[in-house]
Amino acid sequence: MTTTLTKTRRPQQADRPEGPQRSRPAARRRNWLGGLAGWLWLAVVAVPLYWTLITSLKDRSRYYASNPLVPSADPTLENYRMVVESDFLQYFVNSVVVTAGAVIPAVLVSFMAAYAIVRGRRMRVLRAMNGLFLMGLAIPLQATVIPVYLIIIRLHLYDSLTALILPSIAFAIPLSVLVLANFIRDVPKELFDSMRVDGATEWTTLWRLAAPLTRPAILTVSLFNALTIWNGFLLPLVLTQSPDRRTLPLALWTFQGQYGVNVPAVLAAVVLTTLPVLVLYAFGRRQLLSGLTAGFSR
Amino acid sequence: MSTLTAKQSGRRPQRSILPWLATPALLLFTGFAVVPLVGVFALSFTTWDGIGSIRPTGLTSWRAVLTDPGLPHALWVTFLVMAVSWAVQTPISILLGTFLAGRRRYRAVLGVIYFIPLMLSSAAIAIAYEALLDPNFGLGAGLKIEALSQDWLGRPGLAFGVVIFVVSWQFIPFHSLIYQGGVQQIPKSLYEAAQLDGAGRVRQFFGITLPQLKYTIITSSTLMVVGSLTFFDLIFVLTEGGPGDATRVLALDMYKRGFQAGLMGPASAIAVILVLVGLALALLLRRLGGRDAGASQLEGAS
Repeated sequence: MTTTLTKTRRPQQADRPEGPQRSRPAARRRNWLGGLAGWLWLAVVAVPLYWTLITSLKDRSRYYASNPLVPSADPTLENYRMVVESDFLQYFVNSVVVTAGAVIPAVLVSFMAAYAIVRGRRMRVLRAMNGLFLMGLAIPLQATVIPVYLIIIRLHLYDSLTALILPSIAFAIPLSVLVLANFIRDVPKELFDSMRVDGATEWTTLWRLAAPLTRPAILTVSLFNALTIWNGFLLPLVLTQSPDRRTLPLALWTFQGQYGVNVPAVLAAVVLTTLPVLVLYAFGRRQLLSGLTAGFSR
Repeated sequence: MSTLTAKQSGRRPQRSILPWLATPALLLFTGFAVVPLVGVFALSFTTWDGIGSIRPTGLTSWRAVLTDPGLPHALWVTFLVMAVSWAVQTPISILLGTFLAGRRRYRAVLGVIYFIPLMLSSAAIAIAYEALLDPNFGLGAGLKIEALSQDWLGRPGLAFGVVIFVVSWQFIPFHSLIYQGGVQQIPKSLYEAAQLDGAGRVRQFFGITLPQLKYTIITSSTLMVVGSLTFFDLIFVLTEGGPGDATRVLALDMYKRGFQAGLMGPASAIAVILVLVGLALALLLRRLGGRDAGASQLEGAS
């Protein structure tokens, strides 16, 4: 990191709007070390992804003999056919059901709770509730999996998709409440006041004022929760048993156990299970990424 | 503001409905997080095989766990994973975060691939790496490079290194993102003043960027450290705690004792230790920074 002026510096600076708080100080000069690290890390990230993709398209018999970094001359979808025929559609549906079934209620109840916590911050009950949710952030909730397993058995829900949905909702609540409360707090107080003057109840204010104004935050929180639940592994591992209740990550793991030696097929399964998320990523990258840090960078 | 012409259902707003709005969340959270949290303490004083009846047996489980040499080992491995992954991830994340904060042009190009690991499930990542690192059929073997075709997951030291590497691969993008946000919030005037004083880039980085990132560092470190307690999926799929028990962290120890060996009592005791370690670390890091993200959220909330 030395003080160097290069040709590229000027145009870079020229197209940057001069704002007092929106500063990008590191752009002033070339950050050689950072740049080197940036491109190196890009390679570190990209090579395994690239390898996974091209290998999944290779023929099993010719895979061992080929150069691992060169794509196959005649790519085959045979591996993907094999994966799809191993009931992956069922697992996909399971994952969708669990994710939607958990995210929608989780965000709904979290939003109502966040609204109550912000609006009723002078009420002791609500402050206590907020404290409880915040505590949930500091505790590794995975450590509670044994009692969760016990509760699910006692509710006769073991080996059902509901068994996965209920704890997923509970685990999603703390961060969702925190982030949504932060956004509801940003709604100008005058708007709430004028709603009150108009005689609106808290219930109507919640849906007519707070919800529309925090819609981006709601979407962001939903995406974050969806990603976490979609990728969840421990709950399905512990709370289900039958093959037809598997969600994608668990199915992927059992598939690997069965076909471990067939590397291209296993990698095709990896690609297939991540494809839905990557499609989402392609369309809503900005939302997804801001969702990931929403709870921490504010 | 057409939304403001809401239906007029009462002269005064009814404040009392607010606690009811929070009740559904409270019930769900209590039922499947608070009760289990209390339950795990209770279960640690029982004997249960996971199927049959639960018998209270006092301190038996605790005695079994605390006298087992497996526990200090699991604690040590957990600590090592935590410390080494922190030490690897933090400098790289700060460096990358600073880099990403500055280069808008490159960010668009880099960003697309850069953050993909964040989207993938730990299971998928672990399985892909297992295949990639296979000594006979993996990338190293295919390229015929001796140094790369080792038995990565079969030797304790190497397996530990692989776990750290894969953890970093998965989470560095996330922490770079946090640092990127932190760097962007540093007031530009600080750098201008430093430039007037003739401070070079290195001095600016250590004199301004790093100190200004203090709270970001604490937030990111808290997430890394507390998060490292829950690296269950990744390690379970990648090494199953092996070879031997080289990568058997606490969370894995809990799962294996409880769900594989049918010793739910001792497994619950481990879970209690896990909770306590997590809480202690969160508190310690908060004390260290005086005021971290969680604390400021708490202040803002009350």
